[in-house]
Amino acid sequence: MAIVAPSSVVERGVQSPLQRVVSDFLANPVAIFGLGLLTLVVLAAVFAPLISPQNPYDLAQLDVMDSRLPPGSPAPNGGTFWLGTDDQGRDMLSAIFYGLRISLAVGVISTVCALIIGLAMGLTAAYFGGRFETLVMRIVDIQLSFPAILIALILIAVLGQGTGKVITALVTVQWAYYARTVRSAALVEKRREYMEAARCLALSPSRIVFRHLLPNCLPPMIVVATVQVAAAIALEATLSFLGLGLPITEPSLGLLIANGYQYLLSGKYWISFFPGLALLLTIVSINLVADQLRDVLNPRLQR
Amino acid sequence: MNELLSDTGEAMQEPVLEVEGLRTHFFTKAGVVKAVDDVSFTVGRGEVLGLVGESGSGKSMTGYSLMGLIDPPGKIVAGSIVLDGIALRTLDAEHQRHLRGNRIAMIFQDPMMTLNPVLRIDVQMIEAILAHKHVTQEVARARAREALVKVGIPSPDERLLAYPHQFSGGMRQRVAIAIALLNRPDLIIADEPTTALDVTIQGQILYEIQKLTRETGTALIWITHDLSVVAGLADRVCVMYAGRIVEQGSCEEVLANPAHPYTRGLLDSVPANNERGQRLKQIPGMTPSLLDLPPGCPFRERCSYADAECEVSPEMRPMGGPGQSARCFHPLVPVHV
Amino acid sequence: MLVFIIRRSLQSVVVLLLMSLLVFVGVYAIGNPIDILINPQADQAEREQAIAALGLDKPLYAQYFTFLGGALRGDLGKSFVHATSALGLILERMPATMELAISAMVIAVILGIPLGLWAGLKPNGVAGRTIMAGSILGFSLPTFWVGLMLIMVFAVELHWLPSNGRGPTTLLLGVIPVSFMTWDGLKHLILPATNLALFNLALLIRLTRAGTHEALLQDYVKFARAKGLTNSRVIGVHVLRNILIPIVTVIGLQFGALIGFAIVTESVFAWPGMGKLLIDSINFLDRPVIVAYLLVIVFLFILINLTVDILYSALDPRVRITESKG
Repeated sequence: MAIVAPSSVVERGVQSPLQRVVSDFLANPVAIFGLGLLTLVVLAAVFAPLISPQNPYDLAQLDVMDSRLPPGSPAPNGGTFWLGTDDQGRDMLSAIFYGLRISLAVGVISTVCALIIGLAMGLTAAYFGGRFETLVMRIVDIQLSFPAILIALILIAVLGQGTGKVITALVTVQWAYYARTVRSAALVEKRREYMEAARCLALSPSRIVFRHLLPNCLPPMIVVATVQVAAAIALEATLSFLGLGLPITEPSLGLLIANGYQYLLSGKYWISFFPGLALLLTIVSINLVADQLRDVLNPRLQR
Repeated sequence: MNELLSDTGEAMQEPVLEVEGLRTHFFTKAGVVKAVDDVSFTVGRGEVLGLVGESGSGKSMTGYSLMGLIDPPGKIVAGSIVLDGIALRTLDAEHQRHLRGNRIAMIFQDPMMTLNPVLRIDVQMIEAILAHKHVTQEVARARAREALVKVGIPSPDERLLAYPHQFSGGMRQRVAIAIALLNRPDLIIADEPTTALDVTIQGQILYEIQKLTRETGTALIWITHDLSVVAGLADRVCVMYAGRIVEQGSCEEVLANPAHPYTRGLLDSVPANNERGQRLKQIPGMTPSLLDLPPGCPFRERCSYADAECEVSPEMRPMGGPGQSARCFHPLVPVHV
Repeated sequence: MLVFIIRRSLQSVVVLLLMSLLVFVGVYAIGNPIDILINPQADQAEREQAIAALGLDKPLYAQYFTFLGGALRGDLGKSFVHATSALGLILERMPATMELAISAMVIAVILGIPLGLWAGLKPNGVAGRTIMAGSILGFSLPTFWVGLMLIMVFAVELHWLPSNGRGPTTLLLGVIPVSFMTWDGLKHLILPATNLALFNLALLIRLTRAGTHEALLQDYVKFARAKGLTNSRVIGVHVLRNILIPIVTVIGLQFGALIGFAIVTESVFAWPGMGKLLIDSINFLDRPVIVAYLLVIVFLFILINLTVDILYSALDPRVRITESKG
């Protein structure tokens, strides 16, 4: 009766893994929404100078008389302050675009650096094993048992303030997640036959690690990295809000929110609210994409 | 009033369980799985019925259906279950619950999983009593202790205060049996209770259950895939295949002179029934997927006697010895006219 | 059991010593200890005097022992800003932070476990899905932003609750100042406690739901129903007792995180706790206080971890038995 394989099996074999990932991902409407939102956010950040009605950091364009205007107020040069202005007369919409840029940049840079360091540490720990592995993983465990914000704050307290130092703090906080994730994945992969085969072929350790071990550990890392970008952005925003993050010359969304904090009580909510909304949308869209990526890349759900 | 005749022609009491046309289907995304497909049998008072079949034959699902433990996406779609005159399917959930663990009880296969690992034994036993009888904690505790003694567990007072993981496999199963017997049910369904145990313990547990049910007059449905277990234990046996009962009759009769080719195949494949040095006899092919059953006799694909006639589903017909019947157009015994 | 406690306690002491070494290295070897411990406004003569007094001209290991000695006596230096014992300042603020953290945990547990149970029992219903979607929001939203929103809605727009500060305090057990015993105090406590609770609430909901979902698939649930137990008993006793074990562990461990996150909440709501003190100290470069805070936090965390370990073995009978054999 059922000797011929069902046709769906044959079709699936033709798709490359990447195609499969993409098609699975797009099957979920929530994921598409998240991806769409994220694309908007990224585009807004990248093209901020082009789409902002005003350059909020060009002091020549600012007029303190325009400060604290509610959303929808008319601008002196004929346009509208769609989201109102802050206490210096800056157009909120423009400030948000520029702020998005900085928030995203810091988030992505710190994540990438942490990823590289964490990958390196985790992979070498898993590959060489023994005392080195135990030492590294102990450090990771201890670090992960403290809340990230605490570690970041202490680092800022010791190192001082400044963009580079903030990024250093973010990287230090995050590397441990990557190290732990990649080590678990690598431990599983290490036992597989292709690793045995590679060792028998007397391939050099670096080749084994980079060409064989790494690509197979990547799927969970991609998911963790995506979530961590959101976490890094949130952490940087928190630090900036507390006045211990990026300097005023690099106003991220967190700093904008902090600026508006004092005006909340007098009803001028827009100075904090809209940057906060932008932050929210960024974080939520990244998390939605990450959630779907996690389901799609989960090897246990692969058919 | 229906009068049943036993093997020797004596009139018997009304049966404790009458199942008629039971169908339990699972509505999954892949399709409808007919786990139990038109199953009918009766169990007399104090009788031991063996329900035999391979995995996937529907025997466990039959047991769950009788207990009312079928969860979505499964559903009993047809048939009647009458326990001591009470039609179970017509009862609402609360009334069904009153009977469960009280008039009809079940013993599961893996006692480690069926006893809750974080609760003490006495808690798990006492709650089974208090769910159905209005007695005090002390009375319930005394009954629990008594039950442990009856199933042969030493130092019952200490054991009551212990946790499941402190018992060996065989002891845990004895506890499960004790729990089943607590409220003196009319019928116990035992779903492969010895499969997960060592062979030596198996024998002990078999003996215990037999002894206890004889003492208390409790009827027993013993679900298993192992014919040798059934041989020494059951009065009557039902053989299941692909969700249907393909043969039933007295244990002696069915095992000595099986009517259905499948039963014959099962008997032949028992290693003890084979000769040394000769190739073990097997039933060719595999059990069919319950999703996609072909019309007609489900055993058709694997049967050496099958022909075009078997493309129609055979009905249960009396054949062979007294009380024996099977669904087959080419049985191995003469059909009653 | 006793052996277990002793063993874990010893391990904790070792970790504590290690952490103190780390802090010491951070402050004395990497950071410039002179800046950290001596008021930057001191002139040259005072500096040299302080350096000698603090033994900063001695070799490093000698300094470590002095540091340890001071720590054991409770002397972690004097605050630059307040000119009183740094440790004393922190201990003064601790009840406020503890009150906030405990209230947040209580809110998270009281709401989180039932909601998680509900979502686990009916995962495909409208309620279940909404709860899960809400939980995602709960831990992706930055705490400080939610705090701001809470202030905006409840204090500014609705005028139901005050927007910052701690209410009047009364003494609990005659010693500890708490604010929840007065109505005004409670009003001040609600918003910050809720803000702090959100992350844990989301976490607990997800955890409880996953645990419930898994527990329901277990055979012991089927067996419990086969015994004819009522649904409420099956869920309330059999399922709950099983999922409580990992949940209690998480609650314990998350308590440490709460104290950390409290830093942010205290800043948003101007709650006079340890966290706010830390931020102020970082801003004013009051380094002795930062050092003192670090050590206190490390000590607290280790204590919490130890307690959780002991609690876990008390709750899970299987762990108890194997530990006593080992």
